[in-house]
Amino acid sequence: MTERLDGPKVPPAVSAGGPATGPAETPRTKQRLGPSAAVAIAFLLPAALLLGIWVVYPIVYSLIRSLFDANGTGFVGLGNYTTIFTDSGTLTTIRNNLIWVVIAPIVVTTLGLIFAVLTERIKWATAFKLIVFMPMAVSLMAAGVIFRLVYEENPDKGLANAILTTVHDTFASSQGYPEARPREGDQSQVADQNGAVVTKQAVQAGQPVLVPIVGVNPQLVPANAQPAKAPAAGGGLSGTVWLDFTRGGGGQSGAVDPSETGLPGMTVEAVQNGQVAATATTAEDGSFRFDGLPAGSYTVRLPQSNFQASYGGLTWLGPTLITPAIIGAFVWVWAGFAMVLLAAGLAAIPRDALEAARIDGATEWQVFRKITVPLLSPVLLVVFVTMIINTLKVFDLVFIIAPASVQPQANVVALEMWRVSFGGGNNQGLGSALAILLLVLVLPFMIMNIRRFRRENT
Amino acid sequence: MRKGSAAAILAGLALAVAACGNAPTTTQPTASESAPATAGAKTLQGVKLEVAAKWTGAEQKNFEQVLKAFSDKTGAEVTYASTGEDTGAFLGPRIQAGSPPDVAILPQPGLVQQYVEQKALKPLTDAVTAEIDTNYTPYWKELGSADGQVYGVLIKAAHKSLVWYRSQAFDDAGVQPATTWDELVKNAQAIADSGTPPFSLCGASGWTLTDLFENVYLSTAGPENYDKLSKHEIPWTDPTVTTALEKIQQLVGKQEFLVDGTSGTMQTDFPTCVSKVYSTKKSAMVIEADFVAVEAVQSGAKVGEDAKYFPFPKAGDTAPVVLGGDVAVAMKDSPGAMALLQFLASKEGGEIWAKLPGYLSPNKNVSPDNYPDELTKQLGQTIVSAGDAVRYDMSDLAPSAFGGTDGKGEWKVLQDFVRKPTDIKGAQEALEAEAKKAWK
Repeated sequence: MTERLDGPKVPPAVSAGGPATGPAETPRTKQRLGPSAAVAIAFLLPAALLLGIWVVYPIVYSLIRSLFDANGTGFVGLGNYTTIFTDSGTLTTIRNNLIWVVIAPIVVTTLGLIFAVLTERIKWATAFKLIVFMPMAVSLMAAGVIFRLVYEENPDKGLANAILTTVHDTFASSQGYPEARPREGDQSQVADQNGAVVTKQAVQAGQPVLVPIVGVNPQLVPANAQPAKAPAAGGGLSGTVWLDFTRGGGGQSGAVDPSETGLPGMTVEAVQNGQVAATATTAEDGSFRFDGLPAGSYTVRLPQSNFQASYGGLTWLGPTLITPAIIGAFVWVWAGFAMVLLAAGLAAIPRDALEAARIDGATEWQVFRKITVPLLSPVLLVVFVTMIINTLKVFDLVFIIAPASVQPQANVVALEMWRVSFGGGNNQGLGSALAILLLVLVLPFMIMNIRRFRRENT
Repeated sequence: MRKGSAAAILAGLALAVAACGNAPTTTQPTASESAPATAGAKTLQGVKLEVAAKWTGAEQKNFEQVLKAFSDKTGAEVTYASTGEDTGAFLGPRIQAGSPPDVAILPQPGLVQQYVEQKALKPLTDAVTAEIDTNYTPYWKELGSADGQVYGVLIKAAHKSLVWYRSQAFDDAGVQPATTWDELVKNAQAIADSGTPPFSLCGASGWTLTDLFENVYLSTAGPENYDKLSKHEIPWTDPTVTTALEKIQQLVGKQEFLVDGTSGTMQTDFPTCVSKVYSTKKSAMVIEADFVAVEAVQSGAKVGEDAKYFPFPKAGDTAPVVLGGDVAVAMKDSPGAMALLQFLASKEGGEIWAKLPGYLSPNKNVSPDNYPDELTKQLGQTIVSAGDAVRYDMSDLAPSAFGGTDGKGEWKVLQDFVRKPTDIKGAQEALEAEAKKAWK
């Protein structure tokens, strides 16, 4: 976890960027004070050796390897790089990385800033900071496992959907028979029409209407349901809505069989020329009757409200939402880190500047915009750039949170690099090319960071 | 991966069951000198052999019993080395160092080709080849061959042409196990009408979808086309593939057929799909191999009572039997290694192994009567009766970039197809494009 190592290094640089006092007081002479060249080399050698083995050599070798094919024997020139930019799979990874780089660092930095500014104002700031910083103590892998559960689609398991459905159900709840469908087939008297069930033929008073419904789990049929009765003819428009399924099979479809139950509580509408002429509700045996309806031909409709499925929340782990969902997990992990750095930066801002502005009559928003943010900008930049680098190399969160079936849609360059190299294809040529691409993407931000360190240290 | 460990657990459970009976307990395989059981010439007295395979736990113990039988017969001293899940990673360095095991058991026939190219395998002697000719159909011989030479023999099989179901769900809907595809679809409709979504597909585990496709394809297109498609000799845009995908479309095209709908299916991996049938009882059927038994038991179902299965129904002219399995190869050209391979390929060796739990033999002369339980007997019977039409898991024969990688190749395209079952043509074109990349 190199990002963790980056972390602690930053604050000293920041505080050095504040009131620069130390170095000026040391006497400067041209005479060499340090150790001799030989000693210097002896001390540098271990570090140089390790860097050479673990950083320089792999980069150079990857560069060479990226010019060869999967077996490592055939020279393909820039072929692997062409593949990266022509293959739709890798293009998706590049697109996803772009989304990551654009969104994640901004959200993390903004949230960190908000938390840092707000914690200055509250009494229990330490407790708050501790809680927000806590996710940093969790490995990214564990964070991935946690969020895999948070985003579980079933609201009984997944926290995100549990919250969504609870909020939603406060305003609207499901009713009726969510999974019910009309009996299918040409023989069936009814058909599905935009979620409602309607009779195929026009019906008239005196002619009993049969509305066969299937697909209702027997456990979901209300306890008060009675065996369905075939409606008697005569006396206004009437009929039966019933569960057209004999447990254990053998029932005749479209006909009321002895063991089949009615579906009570269904709203039934008699429709004429697109207008609802009358409404009725089915009784315990599934029968309904429209009283006082003028003679004529009608369509009987069970409106969609009978079949309203309960709100199940969002498909977080589906192809559309997967990248935002993973970015959410990333923000959860890193917001605390950003907050701590920015809080340290805030503490270093000279109070007098803020107070002067307030005395001059600036509003809090103005103070924040014109004083705090500009004075904090070096730290903001450090956080921002660190986050960009972190997002470019994001791997574990994507690998763990995205189910295998949506990994192609959630894929990022670092994960694709590992996949093509070791995850089955064993094409280490293409993998090396992706590694080099990642290096090229990270490099400008690295250079930026190094320059900043240099400027601040001089 | 998943399949391997599941098989290991299956064997473990089966062993636990058998332990209640009179299963012989094993001693260390190296203790050959202590067991001079059989009479006859011990031609390999003093010869030392090493066998490497991925099996651990109960599977390893069972295999060691077979090795012991070999030791008793020949006098050779055989040691077993477990390669772990990644056989290639174990064997690679050993081959490079010039000290491979005498005999290795490879989990995929694809590795046979790979090692032949590296010249790491020794061709089997005529005696072993003759043994294979007697006991195996020509298809299996070819599977272990490369460039016309026989290098390996399939010694252990996994049966992948099964449909597992929950008997209560079938009783509620009043349906019987289907023997044809149309019947399966009709039953599915009846089960859906009864209020239970009939199928629990493991959409997040791509290999389960390739298994489904392979069964339907073998059944509709027949073994010859299956072989051609396995080698990419006919393109994936072939009309036979269209037919197979149309059949699958009948299952996945209807929301009420899939438990939790399409989006829920795509997030369900193996073994969660099994627990949706046997644990939460939300669904009625799961289409996967014999190792579903392990997960069904873990879900609290009793195999044979609540958890039953029927052979994959005929979607065309062929009753499909798709197997996975392990291939034994010789890495050293020694008489000992060849004798062991001959023993493993023989009726004698197969029957010793068949009496132990968790084993299924592709050897046509190993009678199903040898298997310790009814379930395995039936499975063995389907293999014997399918005869020449038995085929090996197609995706395991393909380059792994096509047939064995999450989010790539056939796995990805079939997942996309389940998501959007109307686009058969698009799926075929995508499959062909992926296949071209993998087979270049």
